[in-house]
Amino acid sequence: MNAETLATNGVVGESTPALLNVDGLTMRFGGIIALNNVSFTVQPHSITALIGPNGAGKTTVFNCVTGFYKATEGKLSLNAGGKQTDLRKVLGERFQWSDYVNPKAFGERLYYKAFGGSHRVALAGVARTFQNIRLFRELTVVENLLVAQHIHLDRNLIRGTLRTKGYRASERKALETAYHWLDVMNLTEDANRLAGELPYGNQRRLEIARAMCTEPKLICLDEPAAGLNPRETEDLSKLIRKLRDEHKVTVLLIEHDMGLVMSISEHIVVLDYGQVIACGSPKEIETNPKVLAAYLGTEAEEVVS
Amino acid sequence: MDFHILGQQLVNGLALGSIYGLIAVGYTMVYGIIGMINFAHGDVYMVSAYLTAICLAILSYFGMVSPFFLIVITLIVTVFFIALYGWSIERIAYKPLRNSPRLAPLISAIGVSLVLQNYVQVSQGAKTQAVPTILPGAFRFGTETEFIQITYIQVLLIIVSFISMAVLTYIIQKTSLGRQCRAVQQDAKMSAILGINTDRIISTVFIIGAAMAGIAGVLVTMNYGSFDFSVGFITGVKAFTAAVLGGIGSLPGAMLGGIILGMSESLFSGFVNTDYKDVFAFSLLVLVLIFRPSGLLGKPLVEKV
Repeated sequence: MNAETLATNGVVGESTPALLNVDGLTMRFGGIIALNNVSFTVQPHSITALIGPNGAGKTTVFNCVTGFYKATEGKLSLNAGGKQTDLRKVLGERFQWSDYVNPKAFGERLYYKAFGGSHRVALAGVARTFQNIRLFRELTVVENLLVAQHIHLDRNLIRGTLRTKGYRASERKALETAYHWLDVMNLTEDANRLAGELPYGNQRRLEIARAMCTEPKLICLDEPAAGLNPRETEDLSKLIRKLRDEHKVTVLLIEHDMGLVMSISEHIVVLDYGQVIACGSPKEIETNPKVLAAYLGTEAEEVVS
Repeated sequence: MDFHILGQQLVNGLALGSIYGLIAVGYTMVYGIIGMINFAHGDVYMVSAYLTAICLAILSYFGMVSPFFLIVITLIVTVFFIALYGWSIERIAYKPLRNSPRLAPLISAIGVSLVLQNYVQVSQGAKTQAVPTILPGAFRFGTETEFIQITYIQVLLIIVSFISMAVLTYIIQKTSLGRQCRAVQQDAKMSAILGINTDRIISTVFIIGAAMAGIAGVLVTMNYGSFDFSVGFITGVKAFTAAVLGGIGSLPGAMLGGIILGMSESLFSGFVNTDYKDVFAFSLLVLVLIFRPSGLLGKPLVEKV
């Protein structure tokens, strides 16, 4: 990444460490290579977009970053809240030969094998939404938001059954946070309805609210504007900016609506056939011949590298 | 019709039904959360009967005679150890198979069931065991010749069952832990992405299920007094039937199914024929499933488009 893009990201100085560092990420499903050596960084407090034609592997990147898949190779490190987390290690990896001579590495691997898993990624500060909305449809809207906050809640069975003072205080705080987010998302009236009953647009907003309730450092939005009308899309872009500016999260999004992508993102990563073909500011991407070729298609010889 | 027989059979049916309900809770919760039928659950109940006998023997060796303390201490100790059994069974036999085809944990469950039966048979002997009556006496209503008799232990059994079920319903519906259980039940992967440790929630469900079966084991052993290593099978099948009757996966369904099954069995044996009471119970199941394939309170499975 060059100094110019850093400047447009509003990051002062090159020494600021990236929030998310994806290095050589490779994902294979049997013989199919879905991602091939994907590397990019996400700067803190930026809005980064991940674009590319259908089937380019955008959602696969998301799935690897959020612990939905175990990546085949590569490094994924998150540098949030003053601590560095290896997002692959916490999922519980296979033992390597070198572990058998290094007790510390062995112990660490064993620990994460026993107690690791996707939930550790959320604890590290990553939240996400899905392209096809995945709410808990049978829980109410408020319960959806409460479930997401449980990392920060008192979840002791005995204290919960006896409703001790500490437990009630923690529940009250969670409810306040939930209603705060309902207010931000304009969903207060739907608070006690089942999540599955909400209209589509509201479900999208609820999913973002739920992701925000985990108090993430990095929020990954997978096609948040899919199926929204132009007015709703405009509201969404305001909302995304608001999340970044007021709630201090970093946004990584996948989106097909180029108008939205170009207007809100500061940094764009373009994927095609599982490889990064370009990254830079919206202006650079707009005029990049490789990107145009990937989107519009060209004769093979026209592509100049 | 003799009303005192009707009344007597209703009381017996209620006692039997609440036991079925308690055990059915274990089947239905495990099915709800990992979609597996835990065939070893009946044997967990059987082990708890032995634990009850052992606990009573030890307590009376130390000279304890007060029925109140005998019952309370036996309940606590048995529930503790049986919860330990439930937890270990899940860790050893089901967790390693979490991502394998659906049939694998089912086979593993049958294996656990065989292991438990044989392990108890080898360590405790194949003979039918008996415990002395701890709380003799009964309430009697009616005249000298026509009366309804409710033993104290039956009263205790009904009260303890209903309290356990009420507490369980409260935990599932109102506490933070219950909320997580419901979330994992709906979408385990999504829950993990929100930071919920799904393995821990699944363990908790197994512990709760085993504890319920343990309570049932203590109460039944004190009520009937005799048991052997194979009682788990038929009781397990009946409780499973109750869970299916009420709609597997539904907690109130399991309780309702248990009561209906117990009542119908006891009414049938009171008024028609004792030998054919099981035939009647299972015919009832078939009839209900013809008209409501997902059980009385189960949600019909909607095909996703």
